[in-house]
Amino acid sequence: MAVTGASARIEVSDLRVKLGEVPVLKGVDLAVDRGQMLAIIGPNGAGKSTLLRSIDGLLLSCEGSIAIDGKAIGDYRSRELAKVISFVPQTGVPVDGFTVRAFVEMGRYPHLAAWSALTTNDRIAVDEALDLTEIRHLEDRSLKTLSGGERQRVSIAAALAQGGTILLLDEPTSFLDYRHQVQVLDLLGRLNSEEGYTVVAVTHDLNGLVADADSVLALVDGKVAFSGPPSRLFGAEILSRIFGNDFFLVPGGRHGLPLVMPSRNGS
Amino acid sequence: MRRSTGLLILLVGAAVILVAAPFIGPISLPFAAVFDPLGAESSSRIFWQIRVPRVAAAFLGGAGLAVGGAVFQAVFRNPLATPYILGVAAGASFGVAAVTRIGIGVVILGLGLQTWSALAGALLAVSIVWLLTKIRPDAATTTLLLAGVSLNFFFSSLILFLQYTASFADAYRVLRWLMGGLGGVDSTSVIQMTPFVVLGMGVIFAFGRELDLLATGSELAASRGVPVARTRTTLFIATSVMVGGVVAACGPIGFVGMMSPHICRLLLGPGHRLLLPGSAVFGGAFLVLCDTAARTMMAPAELPVGVITAFLGAPFFLWLLLRK
Repeated sequence: MAVTGASARIEVSDLRVKLGEVPVLKGVDLAVDRGQMLAIIGPNGAGKSTLLRSIDGLLLSCEGSIAIDGKAIGDYRSRELAKVISFVPQTGVPVDGFTVRAFVEMGRYPHLAAWSALTTNDRIAVDEALDLTEIRHLEDRSLKTLSGGERQRVSIAAALAQGGTILLLDEPTSFLDYRHQVQVLDLLGRLNSEEGYTVVAVTHDLNGLVADADSVLALVDGKVAFSGPPSRLFGAEILSRIFGNDFFLVPGGRHGLPLVMPSRNGS
Repeated sequence: MRRSTGLLILLVGAAVILVAAPFIGPISLPFAAVFDPLGAESSSRIFWQIRVPRVAAAFLGGAGLAVGGAVFQAVFRNPLATPYILGVAAGASFGVAAVTRIGIGVVILGLGLQTWSALAGALLAVSIVWLLTKIRPDAATTTLLLAGVSLNFFFSSLILFLQYTASFADAYRVLRWLMGGLGGVDSTSVIQMTPFVVLGMGVIFAFGRELDLLATGSELAASRGVPVARTRTTLFIATSVMVGGVVAACGPIGFVGMMSPHICRLLLGPGHRLLLPGSAVFGGAFLVLCDTAARTMMAPAELPVGVITAFLGAPFFLWLLLRK
């Protein structure tokens, strides 16, 4: 497939989505360039997950256009799209009897014919995914026995094994303790800056994931309320407009950015 | 348990049951009967014309129901989901009950009306569930599950209605058939059943990887590149054809479909490329075992095999619930 270096990897324009009768996205535009990291923020129910799922072609109907590498997602066959773009859902891996390796191998699905066994290429891709996420030592463990942080890395490993270089993640650090949050943030940073993955993540982690991102998109009530680099986002007024709560900012965040704290009772 | 150990236990157990079953019965047969398939001796006739077809029918039937159970458990992501519980078997039974009530016997393309009506009933039941996924594409699998259970009750009430309005003899015939049994099968029923089971399994076995992914969630499966709607439809149709064919010959036999995949998951792990053929072997051997018990326990009278499978199945299910 010919991909011009200039075209955006993900280009969404005037995306409108209804879930049932309820409009969830009301005309969203966004563009993500090759190797960029985009953080999507916004209050609960703003349509963040819906936006992420529509980029992965998981919604059955939407208006507007979504293109990956310059080609509308409707023109991809499901396996072809899965070779380009991978999705890490919020719930992570299911609690099931599969081993870590078997689950990560399932990520190779778009590359496999019905009766074919895994090829050497498939095994290499699975090994690389396990190494990148640093879970090689867990490969024979059952998914049931994993901690939340391990499960999140397994989920990311399965997405990496798919072989695409666009990663969509829905709240990858929620529900994790601090050490595991840091591990996942470091992993995403490495995948983005060293391995060249294009990363789009929905998150509430302003000081972590958002501060690391190249650009931020804020959704409020299905519309884009802010789009730009984190340095422009980190102002008390903009944040309070997005989240409907006051914030105060103190020096000392990552990349020279301030630390953002929600105010309580006006203090 | 190591997977190879599980596989060995399954294969050896099934082989022993399959070889031993035709020799067990109210009349004991000399081993020599085996070597005389076309012989006029009564012992070789009993062996080759009665017991072998019966064992074959029980194996095919049990295998088909077990594979149907494994498919539905993965697609619906529910350990209870089987074609039996979700109305497919009830739909097929309704087809047969209706034909019995009306009392016409026609042969179309070499198959009796009973087979065609069972097939139509099974497909009717599954297409109602399928239609629901078309009308409400965002319906959760629990919604589909509830729809299937409702269908089961709906067809069951239709069958009760047919029975209530039938003559005493017809009502008894339907009731007896609903208990599930292999008393009436012969080599013809084996020949009629085989294409449905073979065709259904041939399609289903090709979807091992898809079923693995569907079992982890339909959204994750779609994101990995599985065409979920098309895969589900194909699996529904293949399962209905297979189960319809089995139910036409053996009646609606319960519990085989639910328990076989569960036991095979313990023996062989959750991967469907091994679980599907494993469930077929287990379900087949288990139904042969139950049928052997059904025809010998009260010999010369016969128990309906459905009585035995449920008798063994219900305690198993309680154990499954109370485990851990």
